Amino acid sequence: MTTENYPKVYLYRRIVQAKLFIDNNYSENIDLDNIADEAFFSKYHFIRQFKKIYGKPPHQYLITVRIEKAMQLLRTDIPVSEACYAVGFESLSTFSGLFKRIVGLTPSNYLLQQQTIKTQNLKTPLKFVPGCFAEKKGWTKEQF
Amino acid sequence: MSHVSIYVLNQDSAYEFYVNKLGFKVHTDAPMGKGMRWLTVNAPDQPELEITLMPISEGMMFTKESAATMRELVKKGTFGFGVFECKDIYATYEELKAKGVEFAKEPKKEFYGIEALFKDDSGNWFSLGQKQ
Repeated sequence: MTTENYPKVYLYRRIVQAKLFIDNNYSENIDLDNIADEAFFSKYHFIRQFKKIYGKPPHQYLITVRIEKAMQLLRTDIPVSEACYAVGFESLSTFSGLFKRIVGLTPSNYLLQQQTIKTQNLKTPLKFVPGCFAEKKGWTKEQF
Repeated sequence: MSHVSIYVLNQDSAYEFYVNKLGFKVHTDAPMGKGMRWLTVNAPDQPELEITLMPISEGMMFTKESAATMRELVKKGTFGFGVFECKDIYATYEELKAKGVEFAKEPKKEFYGIEALFKDDSGNWFSLGQKQ
């Protein structure tokens, strides 16, 4: 069997390319109509197929990617407003509302939570390592 | 099961593969001193299972000889560590292939489901599966 033979291979490739385009350009002002054109689909057919494969329509997927990227940035101690604009949101209140809806915490609380975890990782890393692994590695409480 | 280990040749490269290519989430990334690092990741829909990306290096776990032997075995593709299930194997296959993941078998219908085989950056191989 070659790849060309699995069902709807060309449709899959075009939808996957559109998804990768969103993954790589999430911070830009993406026009989803253009993506549908690039993928040679009508807008509605594109949205339907995208949702069938990824479980959500492209604009919802774009929001999810932006929020996940913002979480990554916040884990590196970047201020909330900076993270908001870096991932492509133009309004801080829209960003905060969507972030809370998806993550369950406000961006500021998430930032605080991650700072606490980071401090714990540095101060007491053994807290996160099961005893059997720590013993095999020779990591002891006296060291940390 | 809460933890499982995958032996890798290099943790930085494994991070790039599992996080940036497969899309896994970092669970813990903690420096353990003397250049050592505790690095665990989760598959996207399985936050309860920590996958430890364990470097093969001389130390408490491996003697110099066993580390060298283990590295050779991993590089040769001796070990298959498991199956990652996905919701749509054709979409996942096309995406991973576009990201440069090496597949030893393209998605194929088997009696137990649809299956493909891929290798990680160290040489460990996995099934990519979708139940039918």
